Amino acid sequence: MSSTTYHAPGTVEDAVALLSADPTARPLGGGTDLIVQMRSGRLNPGAIIDLKRIEGMNGVRRAGDAFVIGAATPCTALKADAALAAAWPGVVEAANLIGSVQVRNRATMAGNLCNASPAADSVPALAAAGAICVVAGPSGLREVPAEAIPVSPGKTSLGAGEFVVEIRLPAKPAGGGDAYLRSTPRTEMDIAVVGAGVSLVLDGEGTCTSARVALGAVGPTVVLVEEAGAALVGTKLDDNALAALSQAVQAASHPIDDKRGTVSYRKAMAGVLARRAALIAASRAGAKA
Amino acid sequence: MTKIHVSTTVNGDAAEFLCEPASSLLDVLRDTLGLTGSKEGCGSGDCGACTVMLDGEMVCSCLVLAAEAEGRTVATIEGVAEGSVLHPVQQKFLEHAALQCGFCTPGFIVAAKALLDRNPNPTETEVRYWLAGNLCRCTGYDKIVRAVMAAAAELRQERTPA
Repeated sequence: MSSTTYHAPGTVEDAVALLSADPTARPLGGGTDLIVQMRSGRLNPGAIIDLKRIEGMNGVRRAGDAFVIGAATPCTALKADAALAAAWPGVVEAANLIGSVQVRNRATMAGNLCNASPAADSVPALAAAGAICVVAGPSGLREVPAEAIPVSPGKTSLGAGEFVVEIRLPAKPAGGGDAYLRSTPRTEMDIAVVGAGVSLVLDGEGTCTSARVALGAVGPTVVLVEEAGAALVGTKLDDNALAALSQAVQAASHPIDDKRGTVSYRKAMAGVLARRAALIAASRAGAKA
Repeated sequence: MTKIHVSTTVNGDAAEFLCEPASSLLDVLRDTLGLTGSKEGCGSGDCGACTVMLDGEMVCSCLVLAAEAEGRTVATIEGVAEGSVLHPVQQKFLEHAALQCGFCTPGFIVAAKALLDRNPNPTETEVRYWLAGNLCRCTGYDKIVRAVMAAAAELRQERTPA
């Protein structure tokens, strides 16, 4: 840590240049993972590039009915944005399950995503919601689906000099609803043993017309389970459809045994949580229809 | 090693310091500015003993780089009392014996005050959730929660116009 430098660039271009200049440089958002990893000796970045002085990086903007969340926006600020919390309650709740109030006042969803923990709470919710990340790098901007950012525990698909600038959530579809649930021994200050995010759309008759289901902590990365979403489409979320959802979720779950949970517990709970999250998402979709 | 010069505001007063790029705000508060009220329990954001206010939001100062404080406003436990007059949260901690070893107490008081500043009438459940990021290994939390509830009641009374 002795050779680290600190930079607080004012523009995306300067941040990209600083990150490109040193392959060990790391972007700093809220620091709740980065600083912990530096302190433990796991990371020794040659340069810390603080993103918070870049304009537009901290806060939620509207783009039409869609939402643009700056990479350095703390989780608490998502909850404070009434329109975002109304449109994507599952995403906002997921982000506000992370850590404590102190942690959520700093921690960001972009950081949660790029830390690439399989158990990151906001990530299944973002993947279910169809969130798109705008990534800046030496060759300009590109768009990447949230679920394509993490590639394995602690590793991302971001190239040299790249960082996530913002996360975009689409406008809430008519008849849409989302939810995220996790299983933890404590309600606060804990890490998901299993997490499940569901985003779906119901038509005026209550029939599901589209659904996305994403899981956390049952594989090396977030898992988007297309079969689970397909199990709901065309149904009114009857028992058979929910059973098919749970089965698809369990089949797509390949968790590990560790101190927080066993393989069999995680697979079983993935099915349970996906089912419950689907029902909450449906009730939210119905409430707005 | 190039040190970074930082100008900030601590407990209402302008403060300047030099720090290493990777120094935490907690390190600088304690070792450079001599404000040793904020404690380092875990150094990883789990225990809340280092809780301070940064631009009006409570954070773990062990997880803030000191360099990030440039131009920001920091408030620590040292600024909670007004001179020798304790804040009601502090007074109620004493009256309810809401501490034993006291190591976690500054963090709890900063966090509890932050809650009462925005919600003067919290439920016990709201108090417990708000303080979930502050660990106490002595009291079992019950006395802390009662002290915060009592402080809230007193603050409501003070704020009610006569």
